[in-house]
Amino acid sequence: MRDNPNPLSMQLKLNPDDFLPASDEEKQSLVVMRDSVSFWKDGLRRLGKNKIAMVSLVAVVIIMLFSFVVPSFYPYSYEEQIRGSENMAPMKYSEEEQARIDAGEHIFPHVLGTDKLGRDYAIRVMMGSRISLIVGLVAAVIILIIGSVFGSIAAFFGGWVDLIMMRIVDIIYTVPDILLIVLLSFALKAPLESLSQMPGFGWIQVVGRNLISIFIVFALLYWVGMARMVRSQILMLKESEYVTAARALGASNGRIIKKHLLTNCIGTLIVTTTLQIPSSIFTESFLSFLGLGVAVPMPSLGSLASDAINGLNTYPYLLFIPAILISLIILSFNLLGDGLRDAFDPKMKN
Amino acid sequence: MVRYILKRLGLAIVTIWIVATLTFFLMNMVPGGPFLSEKAVSPKALATLEEKYGLDKPLFEQYITYMKGAVHGDFGDSLKQRGRTVMSIITTKFPVSARVGGLAVLFSFLLGVPLGCISALNRGKAGDNAIIVIATCGIAVPSFVVCTVLMYIFGVRLKWLPTLGLSTWKNYIMPIAALAFYPTAYITRLMRSSMLDVLGQDYMRTARAKGLNQFISLFKHALRNAVLPVVTYLGPLLAYTVTGSFIVEKIFTIPGLGGEFIGSITSRDYTVIMGTTIFLAALMVIMNVIVDIVYKLVDPRIKLK
Amino acid sequence: MSDYLVSIEHERLSFFTPAGEVKALNDVSFQVKQGEVLGIVGESGSGKSVTAYSLMGLTAYPGKLLGGSLDFNGHHINDMTEKQMQKIRGNEISIIFQDPMTSLNPVYTIGNQIREVIKLHTDKSKSEVQARAVELLELVGINEPERRLRQYPHELSGGMRQRVMIAIALACEPKLLIADEPTTALDVTIQAQILELMMSLKDKMGMAILMITHDLGVVASMCDRIAVMYAGNIVEYGTTDDIFYSPKHEYTKGLIRSIPRMDSKGHERLIPIEGTPVDLLNPPKGCPFASRCDKCMRICLREKAPVMYFGDVHYTSCWMNQKAELEGGTKE
Repeated sequence: MRDNPNPLSMQLKLNPDDFLPASDEEKQSLVVMRDSVSFWKDGLRRLGKNKIAMVSLVAVVIIMLFSFVVPSFYPYSYEEQIRGSENMAPMKYSEEEQARIDAGEHIFPHVLGTDKLGRDYAIRVMMGSRISLIVGLVAAVIILIIGSVFGSIAAFFGGWVDLIMMRIVDIIYTVPDILLIVLLSFALKAPLESLSQMPGFGWIQVVGRNLISIFIVFALLYWVGMARMVRSQILMLKESEYVTAARALGASNGRIIKKHLLTNCIGTLIVTTTLQIPSSIFTESFLSFLGLGVAVPMPSLGSLASDAINGLNTYPYLLFIPAILISLIILSFNLLGDGLRDAFDPKMKN
Repeated sequence: MVRYILKRLGLAIVTIWIVATLTFFLMNMVPGGPFLSEKAVSPKALATLEEKYGLDKPLFEQYITYMKGAVHGDFGDSLKQRGRTVMSIITTKFPVSARVGGLAVLFSFLLGVPLGCISALNRGKAGDNAIIVIATCGIAVPSFVVCTVLMYIFGVRLKWLPTLGLSTWKNYIMPIAALAFYPTAYITRLMRSSMLDVLGQDYMRTARAKGLNQFISLFKHALRNAVLPVVTYLGPLLAYTVTGSFIVEKIFTIPGLGGEFIGSITSRDYTVIMGTTIFLAALMVIMNVIVDIVYKLVDPRIKLK
Repeated sequence: MSDYLVSIEHERLSFFTPAGEVKALNDVSFQVKQGEVLGIVGESGSGKSVTAYSLMGLTAYPGKLLGGSLDFNGHHINDMTEKQMQKIRGNEISIIFQDPMTSLNPVYTIGNQIREVIKLHTDKSKSEVQARAVELLELVGINEPERRLRQYPHELSGGMRQRVMIAIALACEPKLLIADEPTTALDVTIQAQILELMMSLKDKMGMAILMITHDLGVVASMCDRIAVMYAGNIVEYGTTDDIFYSPKHEYTKGLIRSIPRMDSKGHERLIPIEGTPVDLLNPPKGCPFASRCDKCMRICLREKAPVMYFGDVHYTSCWMNQKAELEGGTKE
């Protein structure tokens, strides 16, 4: 037998007590068990740890405050034309205003200057981002509902139902969307106008029928991506072994849908919807830029940028402010969506 | 393979036909018409115009006449641009858009793929972070913002680049940069995530275990697998981009098909709308067939059915 | 220690994940002689694959070798550059992975992937490379080799693909073949065929095999020596007979109790090892197995047991042996 390098005589001080069996409590005290946490709790914790996502969330909240809350007590309105103060640079006052200030009156500064019709630009930008955010949020909800219903019906029924429904999706993909938007805004002109005369529909005038037709176009066209995704997700889940296992254990269809399909899809749905918001804002700004968006005098970030192009040489900030803001909104939603994906849908994470 | 292509082309024709039919009826159902907006058109003159272009006939008859012509390659005359056929408009305007758009797609592919790879290979390091931040910002900036900012900086302020038309090679730089901006950022992100996915695959470990150096394992084993999602994205992208972007063409005053298409919609030039829509749809469908074939060539697992 | 093909001394390796340092290997030492089969047994996460990969210089991204020395066939792996390692990989050391379904690149033919490694490490001509590829497929028992070489991985069954992986691994007649759970993903009947193939090829080519597995049945029939790993430590090491007939560590004993026996009389129940493996983010300071051990003593929770030898080869670190010696000593 080889000599043990470490016989019992050793450096360690041992006493007979050490060789008594350890109690369960003593054993447990050493086991560091991580708490098992629920899907939501775990996801939120991961989201909270993601600095980029939290910064984006804060940015979104701030932009929302400025778009929805601040305008209600802002001293200027988006359509109010202040005479004599056209095309003023930021923080400047018109002669008339200067005179009133000299007279001891307090006048709120035009933080971002005024446009060529003498309207306070700051409030217009805020209203513009309000429109963009409304478009993004409403469109995302519309797309979420139509897309997920369509996709899940196709996936559930399968066979020729699926085949026909997916063909429809393909065709919608192929029709140029601008064509439909323009044609729809022409087509909806008369019906919407007569509708706006009716009591309770006056808001259509304010929002503009173009914006309504944008929503209708989103409802008609842009759900296809969502539908494809939901369909493939459900098809995959339908084949997955735990669903088969649940079925083998005698779970009802309702239970399988509620317990397995829904909980597994919900992460993907949240993420896709969040990422849909910036893409809708993108489209709206593009259409407003073309003059197909909101009705004047209501501004949107796209139409503000479009209006500013002609004066680009002299008043570049009129273009840059809405341009930067729109990029910022899209960026924040994108990053927030990425963060949500990492937190709630680890399967999609790369 | 040949049978598959024929079958897909058959399906493509059906899709194009459906799109054309939908467009035709939708366009005609919308109130208004091509000659209504023109000033001081007497009812008599209007009637003569409508008779000349066959717009006085019942809608279904018009549809049959149009489709018969279209099958034979005759897309009719433009209603608004007197004396020009739709075909001649497409053949003169499309090459302009295709040149700018094609180059933009080429650049975004040549730039996006390597950037995505570099980013994936340096995951978590400074280079990766820089690329990802830029690419994420890149997909957040709308094209009209890119156009106007480029225009302001290089055209108006620095006066380095011309802002109108396409007379010299310098004129191409800004439109191409504006068009390639978003796709480059998108491809970079797509390539990065797909590369990271591939790098984690077991066969990459096998390649290293064989003793291959990083370049061979990257170029031979990873790239071919990782580029597949980019190929899928590239098909529709190419179809959209070569037909021209309205915004870019408007801002840089490029006489391309994108501007023509939007112009025809607002002026209700029915024959031009139909012609360009069919052209765009055909291009789209053909691109998808090409993507499927390329996919099959890159990945032998795909079965063409 | 030049008579050893592989000699690993006091290897320590950690993965630096966002959650913290995961101590995957904690003072691992073992040797493999030329032509010998060493089995490394342990449950998932015990560090057996990590050990093998580090020997090939294939430690994955957040992993870092922190200490110890790795020697292979006269090479000091610690000091070798990536370029030098590339010459050895696939040539002197080869590896077969667990899942043959994903270990071959789906977009290249079998032939391409076999020829690649031959071309890389030899300067054979094109026709010689092709002949060698055919020869290799015959060697691993694939018929119609010329046709198979033109096929893609997805056209082959799992067992076939594992044979192809073996062919790739053996292409340059390596000194050491690492088999990382080579049969886990295969059907039971195919498992036996693959193991048999590996043993017959070992006899033919005289290489050493490092067999990584959690299947005690596999090591019993194949291996000369066995290392039992738990939570990044080798808790017991010995010849196959030592491990199976006189296990000295409570974990090894538990493992052996948990295999069904052919010669059992009546209805003996299998005894599972209760509990879950330790969290390597916070490894306990005492014996890693303590919390799951039914003989656990107070000292086990506090202090790691010193290594104790039984004979020249067989060693373990378990306080139960010290206790036995102590009690034996007091009785005398």
